[in-house]
Amino acid sequence: MRTSTKVFAKVYLWVLLLVLYAPIAFIVVFSFTEAKSLGNWTGFSTALYQNLFNGSMQNSSGLLAAVKNTLLIALAASVVATILGTIAAIGIYHLHGRKKNVMTFLNNIPMINPDIITGVSLFLLFVFLGISQGYMTVILAHITFCTPYVVLNVMPKLQQMNPNIYEAALDLGATPAQALRKVLVPALRPGMISGFILSFTMSLDDFAVTFFTRGTIGLDTLSTYIYADARKGGLTPELKPLMSIIFLIILIVLLVINIRQSKQQSDKH
Amino acid sequence: MNKRSSWALPYFIFLVLFVVLPLLLILMYSLQDASGNFTLSNITKFFTDKDALGTFALSIEVAIENTLLCILIGYPAAWILADNKLNRSAVTVVLFILPMWINALMRTLATAELFNMAGIQLGKGTLLFGMCYDYLPFMIYPIYNQLKKMDKSYAEAAQDLGATPSEVFRKVTLPLSMPGVWSGVMMVFMPTVSTFAISEFLTNNKIKLFGTIIQENINNSMWNYGAALSLIMLVIIGITTMLQGGEKRAEAEGGLI
Amino acid sequence: MQENDLIIKLEHLSKEFDGVKVLDDVSLDIKKGEFVTFLGPSGCGKTTTLRIIAGFTKPDAGSVIMEGKDISEVPPYRRPLNTVFQRYALFPHLDVYDNVAFGLKLQKVPEDEIEKRVKRVLKLVSMSDYEDRDVESLSGGQQQRVAIARALINQPKVLLLDEPLAALDLKMRKDMQIELKEMHKKLGITFIYVTHDQEEALTLSDTIVVMNEGRIQQIGTPIDIYNEPVNCFVADFIGESNILKGRMIRDRRVAFIKHEFDCVDEGFGEDVKVDVVVRPEDIYFTTDPAKCQFKAKVNSCTFKGVHYEMWVDTDTGYELMIQDYDPYPVGSEVMLYIDPDDIQVMKKEREFNSFAAKVKGEGRVEFLDTEFECDTQGFEEGEQAQAVIRFEKVDLLDHEEDADLTGNVEFILYMGDHYHLTIKTDAGENIWVDTNDIWDKGDFVGIKILPGDITLHKVASGNE
Repeated sequence: MRTSTKVFAKVYLWVLLLVLYAPIAFIVVFSFTEAKSLGNWTGFSTALYQNLFNGSMQNSSGLLAAVKNTLLIALAASVVATILGTIAAIGIYHLHGRKKNVMTFLNNIPMINPDIITGVSLFLLFVFLGISQGYMTVILAHITFCTPYVVLNVMPKLQQMNPNIYEAALDLGATPAQALRKVLVPALRPGMISGFILSFTMSLDDFAVTFFTRGTIGLDTLSTYIYADARKGGLTPELKPLMSIIFLIILIVLLVINIRQSKQQSDKH
Repeated sequence: MNKRSSWALPYFIFLVLFVVLPLLLILMYSLQDASGNFTLSNITKFFTDKDALGTFALSIEVAIENTLLCILIGYPAAWILADNKLNRSAVTVVLFILPMWINALMRTLATAELFNMAGIQLGKGTLLFGMCYDYLPFMIYPIYNQLKKMDKSYAEAAQDLGATPSEVFRKVTLPLSMPGVWSGVMMVFMPTVSTFAISEFLTNNKIKLFGTIIQENINNSMWNYGAALSLIMLVIIGITTMLQGGEKRAEAEGGLI
Repeated sequence: MQENDLIIKLEHLSKEFDGVKVLDDVSLDIKKGEFVTFLGPSGCGKTTTLRIIAGFTKPDAGSVIMEGKDISEVPPYRRPLNTVFQRYALFPHLDVYDNVAFGLKLQKVPEDEIEKRVKRVLKLVSMSDYEDRDVESLSGGQQQRVAIARALINQPKVLLLDEPLAALDLKMRKDMQIELKEMHKKLGITFIYVTHDQEEALTLSDTIVVMNEGRIQQIGTPIDIYNEPVNCFVADFIGESNILKGRMIRDRRVAFIKHEFDCVDEGFGEDVKVDVVVRPEDIYFTTDPAKCQFKAKVNSCTFKGVHYEMWVDTDTGYELMIQDYDPYPVGSEVMLYIDPDDIQVMKKEREFNSFAAKVKGEGRVEFLDTEFECDTQGFEEGEQAQAVIRFEKVDLLDHEEDADLTGNVEFILYMGDHYHLTIKTDAGENIWVDTNDIWDKGDFVGIKILPGDITLHKVASGNE
């Protein structure tokens, strides 16, 4: 391959990355200044970070509550989705023919549906059933769009797994419950973990579904908080350091996972 | 062994309750008036409502433009990323997927602020740019995946049979990577049509997309009309999914980690 | 045989999967300490039988009796037998020691005893130094040994082995066969072994159970099975053989390849159609015209390591396979004879295709879920009948158009001058065909039967 092609390719990738990361970098940079509006540089300062952590900002309780809600909902939804999805994946793996196709089809629907459809349809469900909306309905809604991804991540592990290891455990005297705990779960663990992480991040990221299922009790997650905040005009300045911190955490987690994974793969070869 | 298939049962019940029933409710509500009587007026209302039809057409237009833009910019990127000679680092790939994991609202707000600072008027141009920025990773990743798992010997065989590099690309690599492009289209097109909030931020509320009018109707307690608009969206999803098996999107997204 | 010599008794086991019968009335007695092998092609029901004994699959009918007790309802984890799985099924998250100790840990055996027993059993399978190794880092043969150790540590009364050597290479397989045989002798417990490899079955077993299409074809010692196959399937499946159409002239006298031979079989009656099996190593060359029973011309000769394999055309137009230590040049005329002892005569399983049919109307009849034209004179509409078609009257096509129905080639038997094929129709029925055309196993075929080749027979009334 010609060097010019190589240079062109490199330049293309890096320019694209530059553009992709510009807004994020923009937020991070302006989190270190005190100005209220983005893009207004008034000198380096960590005041916004301090405000965020010591709670001395306006309406700090609202933002902190939103962060807390976001994390709690994500945790609850991804734990339930991981358990439900793993059991479902084992079941679907052992189904045959039409039943398997039906389950696979149903499992695909939440993944194909845009968020707004999931949100509206669940909103109508809760209205129809007369369930008052709040934490529970948001968590249920998040479980609905997370579980398919757990199924999807556990399924390949089932396919790679020697189909006889469950039976081998029974054969050696394990009851079905013991076989599940001591053999199946360890074998499926990598898929369960990636399903869990995927669920957790998707739940953190969600806006539309939460927006429609949170009801009118004033429940806010970070996304709905930002939305309301932005519509009021003018973001709460402390969101900038908060976003920067979240971005940093996600960056580190994803890089660690991926580097570890590619290491494992190269170890095996 | 037979018993383990029954483990799918709880999830089946869950899916019926939280996926199938809600979708049926969209159908039911869209065929009812506010007092619960059967009517087609919600559907006919859409087809006679100039504003709604205009928004719908604009949404489809923006979605098509955005999808094309994403392919145009994303395909070369995916191709470079998947080529061992041009890119050896897995980290570069992660850097391209990473923005997917950051709250889309935050990223959109930041983009809009960036435009503001640069003094660029918010409008259709910034909407397209912002959308493309938001959805580009969803196009790059499935194409990259498809190219990466493609057997190198196809390209080698084509070369062996006398194809020039550009012919190899046009006649072998491109057709074989089409499934990836289609998954990318699935992940970009429908979400673009249905976004709300994002389009508001990027155009300072000047341009409404279809998602926004659904949201407005639901929020203003016009559930039946909101449901009817959702139904129209569902029909389009049904059609695009039929055209291109729905598992694609699922596979592509599920493989992110 | 005394009842208390028995360890396992299978009584009338039947099993269907999705409407396909995989086991059809299988009954078998297994003695204590015996090495029993289930042998057959894939899909014959051998693995299903093993899984029913282990308790992983529930039979639709029939029962498994162990030491006089019906264990059909006992879950696998309470059955005093252990399994060595195909592809080992070692737990990937546990090391060698923990894999082997798995069963004992479940039983809450004290730690020091577990250690003693794990060491002992690992020594038995020559894996003493591998305790801490990750199972995925072991070679196939080593994983196999760990799997055997893991199954043996619970001291089962019966060890079930499901194609345990199938994933190993040839050399390793031969070594493991010898070790398994020695292990069986040393332990004195019953081994029930499943394989599709006839050589393995002949090497290892005290008793071989040959299965096909869910039924037991023959039970016997390796020598019985090899020398006296009861039907064409067994003869063809075990070793190489020449299978030929023949006619029993009278006791101890049989005709085939248009020659007459002395044999040792009796009791078939006079002038009765039979099948004849002659092993390729049992046809001898001679230079003595007095010994010569028939002449042939060598048309191919291939060196096979120990012996030469030759195909000869007999003077009567049949093709036979012969194995001999000395080669004969291609094209040479040779004189041949067969010892009476080496001719195995078998009762013919069937002489023609026969299907339950229903007359649909004038000139129309339905069988095999398909409507055919044929002469229905003497039959009324709606009447049940028996449709008979000779093997050579069924035409096979390589395409679907013009075909009455379609199916796949299930089994091919070369009969010296033609092929005898078993075709499984899409509805799962067997139809047998004699043809000179060459087909491969699994080929998709169109089946055509001309109206003139179907004869209808009356069925006895009330026999629907």
